[in-house]
Amino acid sequence: MLHALAAPVWAAALSPVEQQHLLQARQMQALSFAVHIPLVCFGIAFPSMVMLVESFYVRTGDELYRTLAKRWSKVMMALFAVGVVTGTILSFEMGLLWPNFMATFGGVFGLAFGLEGFSFFLEAIFIAIYVYSWDRVSSRVHLLCGVPVVLAGFTGSLFVISVNAWMNHPGGFRIDRAGEVTHVEPWKALFGNPHLWPELTHMYLAGFIVAGFVVASAYAWGWLKGRRGRYERIALAVPLTIAALASPVQLLVGDWIARRITEDQPTKLAAMEGLGPTTRGPAIHILGWYENGEVKYGIRIPEGLSLLARHRLNATIRGLQAVASRDRPPVNVVRVAFQTMVGIGTLLALLSVLHLVTWFRRRRFVESRLFFWGVVAAGPMSLVALIAGWVTTEVGRQPWVVYGVMRTAAAVTGAGGIPVGYATLVVVYIALAFAVAWILLRLARRPLDVAAAPPPILESHGTR
Amino acid sequence: MALADVPAILILGGIAAYIVFAGADFGAGLWYLLAGPGPRGRPIRDFTYHAMAAVWEANHVWLIFVLVVTWTAYPVAFGSIMSTLAVPLFIAAVGIIMRGTAYALRSGAPPDRETEGVTGFVFGASSVLTPFALGAAIGGIASGRVPVGNAKGDLITSWLNPTSIVIGAIAVATSGYLAAVYLAGDATRERELELARAFRVRALAMGVVSGALAVVGLIVLRSDARALFDKLTSGAGLVAVLVSALAGVVTLALVWAARYEPARGSAALAVAAIIAGWGLAQRPDILPGLTVHEAAAGHSTLVALLISIAAGLVILVPSLVLLFGMVLRGRFDEGASTVAEQPAPRGTPSRPLAGLAIALLLVGAALTFLAEGVLLAIGVVLLGGFVVTGVVELLRPEAFD
Ligand code: HDD
Ligand code: HEM
Ligand code: HEM
Repeated sequence: MLHALAAPVWAAALSPVEQQHLLQARQMQALSFAVHIPLVCFGIAFPSMVMLVESFYVRTGDELYRTLAKRWSKVMMALFAVGVVTGTILSFEMGLLWPNFMATFGGVFGLAFGLEGFSFFLEAIFIAIYVYSWDRVSSRVHLLCGVPVVLAGFTGSLFVISVNAWMNHPGGFRIDRAGEVTHVEPWKALFGNPHLWPELTHMYLAGFIVAGFVVASAYAWGWLKGRRGRYERIALAVPLTIAALASPVQLLVGDWIARRITEDQPTKLAAMEGLGPTTRGPAIHILGWYENGEVKYGIRIPEGLSLLARHRLNATIRGLQAVASRDRPPVNVVRVAFQTMVGIGTLLALLSVLHLVTWFRRRRFVESRLFFWGVVAAGPMSLVALIAGWVTTEVGRQPWVVYGVMRTAAAVTGAGGIPVGYATLVVVYIALAFAVAWILLRLARRPLDVAAAPPPILESHGTR
Repeated sequence: MALADVPAILILGGIAAYIVFAGADFGAGLWYLLAGPGPRGRPIRDFTYHAMAAVWEANHVWLIFVLVVTWTAYPVAFGSIMSTLAVPLFIAAVGIIMRGTAYALRSGAPPDRETEGVTGFVFGASSVLTPFALGAAIGGIASGRVPVGNAKGDLITSWLNPTSIVIGAIAVATSGYLAAVYLAGDATRERELELARAFRVRALAMGVVSGALAVVGLIVLRSDARALFDKLTSGAGLVAVLVSALAGVVTLALVWAARYEPARGSAALAVAAIIAGWGLAQRPDILPGLTVHEAAAGHSTLVALLISIAAGLVILVPSLVLLFGMVLRGRFDEGASTVAEQPAPRGTPSRPLAGLAIALLLVGAALTFLAEGVLLAIGVVLLGGFVVTGVVELLRPEAFD
């Protein structure tokens, strides 16, 4: 006998329980994601930025590039450490908060996390080799050691997002009459899912946008404060240009996801747009508030939703009222989050185009303090867009944890003490935030030690 | 042995690897804590910290490995364990965060007097708390206190009971022991003879403590978890216990003789043997009334998981060998030989790519926006190409001359 015939007996998973603290459990999950995901963006994008700068050193032999790459790699390592521990919390929380979700579907999507584990191994191993072997190996070999880090950042996103895409658009299994999960096809469930590709692309780009603008934001601040040496110019141009290239593309990819959602999760789309009744050729509203089946006080654009979701006039879009009210997500949360993301995304894209054109024509930054203030703001704003996007996805899926298959309320743990855990985590994360801020400040204040630094840079630093 | 057993063996292997590798990192934290905050403890603190710097993240991933294999291969058991043992596992998770953060703080900036006290304490205390909590959780499982079901076991006594407490204590002591053995070896390699001596003494002391705790553990098991005790003292279980004990004694002797490199191996064997013994003693159950076979996910899931693990190991093992090879050969040590090379500036042929980038953008955007299926996929790839060519075109070193 190869496989366990007895398995289906237990595949009926654990019996759902009454959990009075479901809301806190959800908030605890949300809080942990909100902490982990910004760090992940640095895991995705920072290694390539550091390596790009190092490659300049390899090409020109100019020590300044190396100094910058080396300093950034210290920041990268510190953020990676924090990403590792916050990710570990998430892994624990999957079981601690949602044991029934894991017990029922672990066999369907768990595989992705198994693969993810190996990505983490590779990332952790090569990031350590990269960061600790400066000067110990030739710079070409050193650069080569960074390649697996970049690849693992990509595969890491791929595998985690495949789980999330599956939760949003589940497939690759059947549920028999006794409510048991059968006929599991894990590869198909995870990688044969049309929702995966737009979601992965969107998140991967978000990594570059967030990491790019956040780093640029810090140097733009310095620029406004008068730190404008050659070192600072490189340190600002590299992340800013990368984020600026990714931002316009993000709009197109966002449109791609929205079209997929129209197909796969009509209720979520209706919540994102505040569409009550099923409508032919629905309008779209900018800003405003959803109440009693319609959007009030918004700027109305006739046929807008029809055009955006289906790319044509007079398309029929399913509204929220197509499902029972207990199957609808909290509309305004989803809608405000979505509008926030799209609004910020548009602003970032505008800022980006401005920078790209100027830089392309003159290899200079836009000469206006306002532009630099814009870049300073772009860092925090891109973080807000990131979290808002996840709120759209996750809250928009509610009340389901697996869309249309398992309710979040059925997934939750029966253990008591969630408020205690939640409060503890809040305290821990606050401490964590302070610690990270402190580390970054310390790293930033370390004096530059460029071996062959040209005088102007030393001067600009002497003024601090 | 059936397919359904293989993940269980991998999980036990993962736990053993986690103890052997990451356990030593926790142990290093224990010595850090015991060195005290004052200037006298400084060499020990600096050295323990520096010794684990490059490897702790990779070592830590073994825990993730154990979690994900468990939840994929034995989902019901995973759900039951996590819900009943929520308290110790949450403590362990918080301990892991605090330790990682304190670690990052130190790497962010060399400690000074104001910060050393607090971060050092957090670092050390969480290094003790986490292995204790994880050991206590294992004790709960091993002594049959985790029933199948959503939080069906007692939230407190499932992990605050004689077996859990003694296993938690053994986990802390073993970590300290492993750490001291490795650190003595590292210090010898770096010719820090003073430190090597200090760690040797600590290793010997902690080795004796661990051994004593192991004996106490057996006595406790006898009254608290009789079924487990019986299986550990007969048949295959007994063989495992004896191998572990023997390897433990050999390790002590090797440390006494200051032969640290072979001691690393025998210490690992002692850990692996006792974990194997636990697995053998629990057979065929994973939780009371739930056999490994009953708990296993479906055939296709197990096959997919095992294929992925096999493929993953092909990449992982050489990478780990590379990393530890570099560490053990002292490549990351302070004062290791450096390569003083100055890359020759090459005249980079700068071909303008702007036209290509714009073409990629326009075609990519049109396809992504308008097309479906394969054409849409091509559109997205072209957009990716736009970003890459854009970077190559706009960020050339010449732009910064
Ligand atoms: C820097 C970040 C950022 C920016 C500028 C944008 N997004 Fe976004 N968006 C995300 C970051 C993000 C995200 C956080 O990464 C999400 C959450 C889930 C995901 O895959 O990406 C997301 C999700 C997400 C979803 C829901 C996916 C789902 O429920 O599965 C849609 C429909 C969009 N986005 C659409 C857009 C549009 C039309 C944008 C253009 C203006 C846009 N996003 C800009
Ligand atoms: C790859 C997997 C996942 C990703 C990337 C992801 C992402 C997120 C993010 C970013 C948020 C919260 C945003 C915020 O409110 O600040 C969130 C919320 C949430 N997630 Fe997920 N999630 C994933 C898997 C899961 C799993 C496995 C569960 C549980 C079974 C889950 C359940 C929830 C719940 C209940 C919320 C809170 C929603 C609310 O507040 O109404 N998610 N998720
Ligand atoms: C259910 C949701 C998630 C879980 C359970 C999870 C788990 C983890 C774990 C355990 C780590 C630590 C890895 C290590 O030890 O090296 C980690 C780090 C990481 N995670 Fe997550 N994660 C989740 C969501 C995400 C999301 C949404 C992404 C992004 C696409 C992501 C990408 C990464 C990356 C790239 C790292 C590497 C560490 C870093 O660079 O910060 N994870 N995650």
